[in-house]
Amino acid sequence: MKHEITVTINGESVTAEVDSRLLLVHFIRENLDLTGTHIGCDTSNCGACTILLDGKSVKSCTYLAVRADGAEITTIEGVAAEGTNHPLQQAFHDQHGLHCGFCTPGMIMRSLDLLKNNPDPSEEEIRWGISGNLCRCTGYNNIVKSVQQAAKEMQNQSETV
Amino acid sequence: MFKCKTSAEVGGMGHSVKRKEDARFLHGKGNYVDDVKLPGMLTMVMVRSPYAYAKIKSIKKDKALAIPGVLAVITGEDLAQYNLHWMPTLLSDTQMVLPTDTVMHQSQEVCAVIATDRYVAVDGAEAVEVDYEPMQAIVDPYKALDEDAPLLRPDKEGQKDNQIYHWERGDRAKTDAVIANADVVVKERIYLPRIHVASIETCGCVASYDKDTQKLLVYLTTQAPHAIRTVVALVAGHVGLSEEKIRIISPDIGGGFGGKVPVYPAYVVAIAASFLIGKPVKWIEDRSENLVNGFARDYHMDCELAATKDGKIQAFKVSTLADHGYTDSSANPSKYPTGMFSICTGSYDYEHAFAELDAVYTNKAPGGVAYRCSFRVTEAVHAIERMVDKLAAKIDKDPALLRLENFIKKEQFPYDSPLGWSYDSGDYEATLKKAMDMVGYDDYKKEQAEKRKEGKLMGIGLCTFTEVVGAGPSKDFDILGIAMFDSAEIRVHPTGKAMARFGTKSQGQGHETTYAQILAEELGIPYTDIEIEEGDTDTAPYGLGTYASRSTPTAGAAAAIAARKLKDKGKKIAAHLLEVSEEDIEWEVGKYFVKGAPEKSKTIQDVAFAAYTNIPPGMEPGFEATHYYDPPNLTFPNGAYICVVEVEQETGAIDVKRFVAIDDCGNIINPMIVEGQVHGGLTQGIAPAMYEGIEYDDEGNVLNGTLMDYLVPTAVESPHWETGHTITPSPHHPLGAKGVAESPTVGAPPAIANAIIDALSPLGIEHLDIPITPAKVWEAIQAHT
Ligand code: FES
Ligand code: FES
Repeated sequence: MKHEITVTINGESVTAEVDSRLLLVHFIRENLDLTGTHIGCDTSNCGACTILLDGKSVKSCTYLAVRADGAEITTIEGVAAEGTNHPLQQAFHDQHGLHCGFCTPGMIMRSLDLLKNNPDPSEEEIRWGISGNLCRCTGYNNIVKSVQQAAKEMQNQSETV
Repeated sequence: MFKCKTSAEVGGMGHSVKRKEDARFLHGKGNYVDDVKLPGMLTMVMVRSPYAYAKIKSIKKDKALAIPGVLAVITGEDLAQYNLHWMPTLLSDTQMVLPTDTVMHQSQEVCAVIATDRYVAVDGAEAVEVDYEPMQAIVDPYKALDEDAPLLRPDKEGQKDNQIYHWERGDRAKTDAVIANADVVVKERIYLPRIHVASIETCGCVASYDKDTQKLLVYLTTQAPHAIRTVVALVAGHVGLSEEKIRIISPDIGGGFGGKVPVYPAYVVAIAASFLIGKPVKWIEDRSENLVNGFARDYHMDCELAATKDGKIQAFKVSTLADHGYTDSSANPSKYPTGMFSICTGSYDYEHAFAELDAVYTNKAPGGVAYRCSFRVTEAVHAIERMVDKLAAKIDKDPALLRLENFIKKEQFPYDSPLGWSYDSGDYEATLKKAMDMVGYDDYKKEQAEKRKEGKLMGIGLCTFTEVVGAGPSKDFDILGIAMFDSAEIRVHPTGKAMARFGTKSQGQGHETTYAQILAEELGIPYTDIEIEEGDTDTAPYGLGTYASRSTPTAGAAAAIAARKLKDKGKKIAAHLLEVSEEDIEWEVGKYFVKGAPEKSKTIQDVAFAAYTNIPPGMEPGFEATHYYDPPNLTFPNGAYICVVEVEQETGAIDVKRFVAIDDCGNIINPMIVEGQVHGGLTQGIAPAMYEGIEYDDEGNVLNGTLMDYLVPTAVESPHWETGHTITPSPHHPLGAKGVAESPTVGAPPAIANAIIDALSPLGIEHLDIPITPAKVWEAIQAHT
């Protein structure tokens, strides 16, 4: 059965007809061609598909597209203006927080939510905070450092605003 | 220590420059195989066997084909019409593409459904009706050799039992004699379980055959695109796919670790489907399909280590039973069916060793993936490093001291090992001492003694490994007959910017940065001015790909030598421009100058421009060079790892307190990337040591085939790694480099196992197989208290 849904994705409003069973991650990747959101499992364990839905990090493989009707969605493509870096993107680059890059969009989306709720997390809090996202390449040390750098930078930015 | 020869702007060797490839990944613009979308593209989903061993009585397609959007169901019978239902493995065994009558392991591909969309394809797969007649599976490899065991591979001519091969190396008689007469002998059966690489991106492909041009384009998650092109031509040449018409593109790869070297049946089915239908066909593996198919390790090793009573090692013997599942699909060099397992004599100086191995068939998924190690080095290192610790415990000697007393000494290199390797270089003592200093070994020893008095379980574990990587010299190393050289092709453009292409393929290792740094080092062109490309067989020079830590030892060397060819040509051009003879020209990074008159100089960029605009008479125009590098030897990276753990006696919970890894990988191209590779490898080392292992029941059912119960470590399980280096350059590599990314996966598991077993030793526990889970520890504690 088809349903009409309207979502705001990276600031743009989109209306589309979708099947009731279509997963949000497939809607994002295949209908909207935003392939920065990845798929790494079929049991909601890896977090490669993490996006922001109404400001909260959500595993989009575990969410039906119809349920997102009316929602505001941000994907990795929408976290910074084209040609610029969000402090998290800059920090992952500076701290070598990515190798193959496959987990990276999910890690960044999850970290955005983490830092919103806890702007100055300890190493322990960061490790627990990203524990729903798997990375097979980096060994996590540098992801932790990336989130720490971004936290500092984002705090500086909010102080100067 | 290594001194940088170039400025930070040029960014040659030794600079921790930031990675050039990051930008696209950080902005969601990577191009992984599932991101590829071609016009008219169809989706393929595999129907897989629920049984480990069964006859297929019938496959009914009708209900599936009746679903709107399902275009085809392809079975083994369909492929048999083209003689494509079997394929060779990379180690001269054979593997079904799709079965015609029997399935040999759970989750084996049974048939393929092709549809317009992935949801419809899954509906189609559900609707296919397969009638099976299950048979009793052989799960235990020891039982596979029983006389009354059913013959699993009657299809193989001359195959009388379930043994695939017997292999041995070394002197059995002498080794046995030394062991028989030794003061001390320690013995253990050590099992390294089946594990999976579990890269976060699974495998997949998009095959696109154009009936008009007869060209086949395949986007494929492969670490070795050229080798795959040749394999496809060999397998499917008879239906008209010849090699010049085949283009393999390995796009961005979301982690490989060896799991993306083999040819999986679904790749071949997707190619066949596109060939038959004339439209692009995409296949993306599910995570469960991924974890259950293909594996690494699965070695049962009976080890014996002999020594004098004060701990001088005299001989090592290991007899292994290797479970290969229903076919040997290891991707090893052809003369090395057990890979480099014979590195198992380790970092120690003794004369006698013997290793033998029997490989058997069982009803399990095929594999033998070299999971982030240079073909069975992990198994070898685990065997010797566990045994050395066992010896230390037996004679009550500090395991660090025992190692220091037995190490091959710095001045003994090049060192001929008892099983035939020529170790290139190392300073094992310095490396271990650095690790001991960094962790504070002596203090931990004291703390441990105190804790033991209080009845607390604390362990310190060491691993001092030697790896063998960079396959390899063509006289010994080939895959399907193709020598394991690798290649680089450099083009310097008139404006002094460059592009270089390689036969390898990065899966996250950062080649776009490190190769540019090698060229920057050699040519003085800033690394930011050099574009690196890999993975497209239509444009890259032929090479055997990236695995077994071979990129730096082979393609990295090729880059250096190709650059040196360019530098030689540049010298002639500079002489022409400066109007002196070639002998009067000298080089310093980035420029040529006249001997004794350094103010008279031409930059590499001036020379590149002249190569296209002001060519010396008689010289071939252009500024390009190619080199195919055939290494004279392998390289032997090594390291010393120390792990400190505490174990809670009541629960078996294990807390990794510290982990220090000192690696010696020779000269370092980019310290930041090397450190990152070591971190990642260490987490992939703690994974099998404490969490991962594919489990089967007696029927051959996989018990933990999803990420819900196959426990890939998160940031919480992964300790805070501490790393460092010693540098002993490789004497035969043009850059003195060795390769590093696999050392941590090899070195971490024994260090962790040794630490946990050391913690438990006051209870009389002498050995535990990995993964050492809290449950396993708890049970062992119960059995010993
Ligand atoms: S794809 Fe793995 S959690 Fe969504
Ligand atoms: S960088 Fe490869 S999975 Fe995280």
